[in-house]
Amino acid sequence: MQDLIRRYGTGLTAVFCLLVAFWIIVLVILPNFAMFEQSFRPYLPVVDIGGPKDFYSLANYGKIFDNGFETTILGIPVTMPIHIKTFLDTVFYSAVVTFLTLIFAYPLAYFLAKVAHPKSIPTLLLLLFIPMWVSEALRAFAWYIILTFNGPLNALLKALGIIDQGIRWQNGVFTSYDAIVIVLTYCYVLFMLFPIYTAITSLDTNQIEAAEDLGSPWWRTHWRVVIPHAKPGIASGCVMVFMLSAGSLLVPTVVGSTKANWFPQTIYTWFNDALDWNTGAAYSMIFLLVCIVFVILAMRVFKVKLSDIAK
Amino acid sequence: MIRNRAILGQIYFGLFVLYLLVPLVVMAGAAFNDSKLPTVAPWKGFTWRWFGDLWADQVMWGAFLNSILVALAVVAVAVPIGTAAAIVLNSISGKVRATLYGFMVAPVLAPGLVIGISTVLFWNQLGNTMGAPGTWPFGRGLHLATLGQVSYIAAYVMLLVLARLQSFDPGLEEAALDLGASHGQVLRRILLPHLFPAIAASAAIAFFQSIENFNVTLFTKANETTLTVYVFSQVRSGITPKINALAFLLILLTLVLALAYEANRRRKARIEAEREAEARRAEAAMLL
Repeated sequence: MQDLIRRYGTGLTAVFCLLVAFWIIVLVILPNFAMFEQSFRPYLPVVDIGGPKDFYSLANYGKIFDNGFETTILGIPVTMPIHIKTFLDTVFYSAVVTFLTLIFAYPLAYFLAKVAHPKSIPTLLLLLFIPMWVSEALRAFAWYIILTFNGPLNALLKALGIIDQGIRWQNGVFTSYDAIVIVLTYCYVLFMLFPIYTAITSLDTNQIEAAEDLGSPWWRTHWRVVIPHAKPGIASGCVMVFMLSAGSLLVPTVVGSTKANWFPQTIYTWFNDALDWNTGAAYSMIFLLVCIVFVILAMRVFKVKLSDIAK
Repeated sequence: MIRNRAILGQIYFGLFVLYLLVPLVVMAGAAFNDSKLPTVAPWKGFTWRWFGDLWADQVMWGAFLNSILVALAVVAVAVPIGTAAAIVLNSISGKVRATLYGFMVAPVLAPGLVIGISTVLFWNQLGNTMGAPGTWPFGRGLHLATLGQVSYIAAYVMLLVLARLQSFDPGLEEAALDLGASHGQVLRRILLPHLFPAIAASAAIAFFQSIENFNVTLFTKANETTLTVYVFSQVRSGITPKINALAFLLILLTLVLALAYEANRRRKARIEAEREAEARRAEAAMLL
């Protein structure tokens, strides 16, 4: 701080600090605090706000346990609240998306970092970047077109004689979340690719060659040399993809079936249709908590620092 | 073995690019199909009329303009904040730095809808305390979308500028101060020119991040809408191939920008290669 004042004088230093304070306090801390505080207060008409009915309780959080319905888990019939189910499905299928993107992206990242000719890299990266510059809304819409009942995918499969009846992709083949998983994977696979690519680039190629010279089969070279080195990149990619998938409102709304609910849709319904901002706040607190837990878990599992993840 | 792997890699890369591009081609293709539903499968003939419909869509133009305005506002606010944050962060160390860094990058990891909701709730409460609930600037609207977006886009700016600061030699500032430069001059003539590439890049990133943004904008907007939200609402409420026409134009724009970027990069690489060759020739001539 002394250093700043000496270089730029009191006036400029004050301006820097004010800008930072505005960002951290007004744009980050206070809004989150407001959400935290309001999530414990009941949803009331304007006249009752601050009145005797306006007290702190966990009632908003309790609403997630309302509306039980009959379902089975591993064959055992249980009554499960609908929002809990949505919540668990969202976490589970986001994890599936994260896993799929990792499987798709890792070989490609390795190819770009170590196998492809260095001179062609900028062109190859550009080829990958072009689809990413197209907005997410449009990419989801593109899949909406592909997956519709009378769409090109069914037409193609019918023309090839693989199926004789159209498949309702949006309702799902395996689970009702198929379409959402397919499109989320498509939308976020590059967020997995680039951190891993950057991490592998910094690996000394001699290490790979040394492993091979010592007779290591290709899979062990990857398992013992490349993957440990790429760990921060993998952690970063996993966190990004999981967060983006779990937090996506656009993709599930555009391609999801009526049977597949995504937790952000539930939050949006509280917020926008029920106009109950307080319960919406409670639900997004729950959601935020899961995200924090996930980041901490990723940091523990991969043994990396926050600065490795957020790059 | 090595050759095989390279070929396998190339095939995989090719398939991957195909996987990324085919949906976009299908979407763009549907813009020219004379069918009321956006599709390519039953091809009903070539038409330009969806472009005409798009051109006549006033709501789309309004949303387009709003997107640009919000993006410019985000750049104008996020770039100074992010740059200042990087400079401050660079001059401190230890626990304070780690804590501050944590607060700064947290919004990047936070889900967009949480940022959107918390921003709306905070300004709404502020409005209630001030006794002017729901009025500007406390009610929902694009100004809150701007602030919400700034809260995480500023972190991108900070990270880019901070990286650039690592290669800065503070001795230059010392020298300037010793030679009698004012504090303003040190900032304007020494530090900012050095940071300029990072600032320009982060401004571009901030602009496109803002145009792309959906989650924050959806929760913070009032009646005015942005292009991404407009596309979303169109998809939701029964769609016409008008959106495909829009998609086609946006993809075309992306392609033109990408090609221009690539041509520029190749030109620079060629000049660099020529220079190197010339240097080598000169060296060889000297040795003779």
